[in-house]
Amino acid sequence: MKVNQAAFQAGLFDPAAPAPTGLQNPDGAPATKRFDVYRNNVAVSLSDALETAFPVIHKLVGDQFFRAMAGVYLRKHPPSSPLMMFYGEKMPQFLRRFPPAQSLPYLPDIAKLELAMRRAYHAADTKAVDPQALAALAPDTLLASRLRLAPSIQVLTSDYPIHGIYRANTTNDAPKPVMQPEAVLITRPGFDPQINLIDGSSANCIKALMDNTPLGETLTDDRLDLGATLSILLGQSAITEIH
Amino acid sequence: MSNTKKSLVLATAVASAVAGLATTAHAADEKCYGVSLAGENDCAAGPGTSCAGTSSVDYQGNAWSLVPEGTCTTMELPAMADGTERMGSLEALERDIPA
Repeated sequence: MKVNQAAFQAGLFDPAAPAPTGLQNPDGAPATKRFDVYRNNVAVSLSDALETAFPVIHKLVGDQFFRAMAGVYLRKHPPSSPLMMFYGEKMPQFLRRFPPAQSLPYLPDIAKLELAMRRAYHAADTKAVDPQALAALAPDTLLASRLRLAPSIQVLTSDYPIHGIYRANTTNDAPKPVMQPEAVLITRPGFDPQINLIDGSSANCIKALMDNTPLGETLTDDRLDLGATLSILLGQSAITEIH
Repeated sequence: MSNTKKSLVLATAVASAVAGLATTAHAADEKCYGVSLAGENDCAAGPGTSCAGTSSVDYQGNAWSLVPEGTCTTMELPAMADGTERMGSLEALERDIPA
C-alpha cells in the first residue's frame, strides 16, 4: 500500500474528495469509510482547538455559527505548526474578510486580544525590577533611561470597546460595553495574563518604551499621565530591566 | 518641553508610581493547575493542552446562511461614526465553502 502524502493531505481537508488512491481496507478495497472517520476527527479536533482558543468569540457568535466558521477556517488555514496552543493565529485577518461576520466589525480585534492573552500565557518567565531602583535614579539618568519590558507585555488599540466586550463575556455582572475606542495592556504579573484598560496616550507611551525609546522622549503628549502608566507597569511586574 | 521640566515631570511620575505601589505586596505565585472552578476559566493555556474525545461529528453546515446568535445580539453596539456597513466580497472565499 502506497499513498502519496500530498494526496493524503489534500483529501483530508476536502469532505467531497474520495479516499486517496492506494489507501486500502483489510479486504483490499479503497478505505473510504476509514478515511472518512479520520477526516472527520481531524476537522472536529481542529474545531475544538479553535473553540478552546477563542472562548469569547465563541460566546459572542454562538455555538452553531462558531462551528460552521471553524469548519471554513480550518480548511483555509490548517495548522502550520505542531504547537496547537498557538493555533488560530490568522483568525483576525480571517474574520475581517469572512462575509457572515461583517455585522460584527469588532470581532477581529477581539480575536487579536484572545491571541495576545495566549501569547502572554506562554511567554518566558521574567523577574521584575524593584520599583525602588527606578525611584533611586538621578533625574538626568532617568531622562535617558530605557526600560525593558517582559515578553508577555502587549499593547492593543482598537476603534471598539475591546476591554468592555471582553469583560462582559468573561466576568459575571460586568457592565455593558459602551461604544468607544479602547486600548488595553496585557500583562502577566504572576502566571496568569491580565488585561488592563489604558488610555490612548498611555498606549503610545508603552509602545514607545517597547521600541527602546528613552523615558524622557516619551513625554510628547500633554494628556499622558506618566505616573499612572509607570504605576501599572511596576504594579504588574512588567519592567524587567532599566538601562 | 525643556529638559528641566521633563526631569521634574518624570521624577514626579516615578515618585507617585512607586508610592502607589507601597501597599501592594506580592504574594509568592506558584504555577497551579486544576484549581479553577468549572466555568471560571482562569486557564489561558489554549488548545492542545488537554485530551479531548473524538466522537463528535464535524459540523458541515453552510456558514453563509448563518447569523451570529451569541451574546453579540444582546450588546447592541452601534456602528462607528462613519456608519459604513462593511460587506466583504464573497468571491475570494467561495472555494472554502464546505460541501
